[in-house]
Amino acid sequence: MEQEYYELRLYVAGKTAKSVTALRNLKQYCEQHLKGQYSLEVIDLLVNPQLAEGDQILAIPTLVKKVPEPVRKIIGDLSNEEKVLVGLDIRPRQREN
Amino acid sequence: MASTSTKPIAKPTNTLLKTPTGIHGLDEITLGGLPAGRPTLICGGPGCGKTLFAIEFIVRGALQFNEPGVFVTFEEKADELAVNVASLGFDLDKLQRDKKMKIDYVHVDKTEIEETGEYDLEGLFIRLGHAIDSVKAKRVVLDTIENLFAGLSNQAILRAELRRLFKFLKDRNVTAVITGEKGDNSLTRQGLEEYVSDCVILLDHRIINQISTRRLRIVKYRGSVHGTNEYPFLIDADGISVLPVTSLQLNAKVSTQSVSSGIAPLDKMLGHSGFYKGSSILVSGTAGTGKTSIAASFADATCKRKEKCLYFAFEESPQQIARNMTSIGIDLQTHIDKGTLQFYAARPTMYGLEMHLVAIYKAIKKFKPNVVVVDPITNLITVGTVGDVKSMLIRLIDFLQKEQITVMFTALSLNNIVNEQTDEGVSSLVDAWLLIRDIENNGERNRGLYIMKSRGMKHSNQVREFVITSDGLDLVDVYLGPEGVLTGSAREQQTLLEETGHVLRTHAVDRKDREVLRKRKVLEAKIDSLKVEFESAEEELNKIYTEEDIKRKVLEETRRKVSDLRRSDSNASANTIKKGKSKK
Repeated sequence: MEQEYYELRLYVAGKTAKSVTALRNLKQYCEQHLKGQYSLEVIDLLVNPQLAEGDQILAIPTLVKKVPEPVRKIIGDLSNEEKVLVGLDIRPRQREN
Repeated sequence: MASTSTKPIAKPTNTLLKTPTGIHGLDEITLGGLPAGRPTLICGGPGCGKTLFAIEFIVRGALQFNEPGVFVTFEEKADELAVNVASLGFDLDKLQRDKKMKIDYVHVDKTEIEETGEYDLEGLFIRLGHAIDSVKAKRVVLDTIENLFAGLSNQAILRAELRRLFKFLKDRNVTAVITGEKGDNSLTRQGLEEYVSDCVILLDHRIINQISTRRLRIVKYRGSVHGTNEYPFLIDADGISVLPVTSLQLNAKVSTQSVSSGIAPLDKMLGHSGFYKGSSILVSGTAGTGKTSIAASFADATCKRKEKCLYFAFEESPQQIARNMTSIGIDLQTHIDKGTLQFYAARPTMYGLEMHLVAIYKAIKKFKPNVVVVDPITNLITVGTVGDVKSMLIRLIDFLQKEQITVMFTALSLNNIVNEQTDEGVSSLVDAWLLIRDIENNGERNRGLYIMKSRGMKHSNQVREFVITSDGLDLVDVYLGPEGVLTGSAREQQTLLEETGHVLRTHAVDRKDREVLRKRKVLEAKIDSLKVEFESAEEELNKIYTEEDIKRKVLEETRRKVSDLRRSDSNASANTIKKGKSKK
């Protein structure tokens, strides 16, 4: 699991506060947990609105993990590190019961 | 229909601008359509036709009003949607290729999405904005935006974003339709009505007695007058049709022309000319009284005048009616062949009343008849309540009156309360009401026909016996005698009785005449004999005279002879004797 390569996309709409926060948070987590095994693409929908449809983007900012499967989306400013790591399947989900 | 429905918006003063939907009937109710450049909420339970309404709004906009649209679906994929509406003849793929429409499928899956921290729905806005720009859309549908609530958990953000979304739509100046699932105590589950405050339309799908009826109501329409009733609507091969319950005014044209009922004595009862053109006639009676026969003869008369008749049969098949009517000398088949008579037959239970009404509307619009026969209306009760049937008939009569079509309804009365209600209910709507009654006595049943009412006509108040013969229908005066009203064979019998009496009487008179003659002869004979008697008496009398005369002559002769013999002074005495005799 540690060896998997992560392909990430972050959708933003202009340089809003939320987007900036999200990007900063994301970079921090990646450097910390996925150093050297990820690629990050930032897509500004204000520039390329047609790209929103492909990944079913509704919310901004949205982080999409394309690879490895399954595809996952994390929306919000990524302020909760735990949730982001769980969402990216870097850390196993801890479910009750 | 679309062309007429667009007329009311011809006055773009500073009042609310409206966007015609192109949906049959809806633009009449809303007096022009949905508020232009504003969002409209369409809400209703599952399967009530929200999505269809929305798609029709877009497709008709694109095809009829040259207003491209964006359809944002949160439920079905674009291709699924295309398949679903293909049955209505909407080719969504072609519309998309022609850039008249764009379908955007927004997929929200909670399992794929993790929420962390603040976010907004700018992505959706960008997509929507992009879609609107790509086809220069004037119309937008969001179907159904409530799915967002299932996919995203942060309600506070969602609600704030929804508010922003509706503002965004207004700013883009698109006419939007937002669909929403009906909630338990609110119009929509998520209270969308809170955000969409301009126009709210509620769709409803009710099942009563296993028959479903769809209804539509405009809950709210800010800044516009609108119909407030619940309007039935239906979904058929042409999409949605909304039916105004009644036209708003009672101002249909009237005609003084009249049309024959096809039964000459009946026309006479109605004041010599029949029914008024464009009027409505109800023929009611118990089973087997000949309602269909009257209807058929009316249809026959219409076709013989080279006018067109549309016959709605809810009880018998057209073939059955045509065959049965040949037995009373009415040949409907030739009219059918000529195309002047058309049948429309359907089992009442086939679908709901509204569907029937629309089917009737459509058939009438297509065939453009002069006369319409609905036989019978009472069968429709099986698919609706009395009130429903009445409201349906009101609309039908309204429509027919507007089109100047004469209509004849037949109604079966069973002498039970429900049907009497129909009679009464419908009777206030119709212009003329013929009632056929069974008159039962002497072990037989006969039909009595009378005119309960006929507006604006000097109609007869008499009960006529209604007879069905192999040459058609006829009305006969009933026998009114000391024994009361007599019909059927009793009437015939009475007539016979009278004839017998007449014969007997003539016979009696003849005999009397002969007797008188005889008496006269006897008397004459008597007179003759008396005459003869008199003659003989006279003769007797004359005989005496003659004898005496002879005697006297002989006496005189003798005396003269004697005096001659005497030759005396007897000349003088002879003279005196002569004198005395002459004195005598």
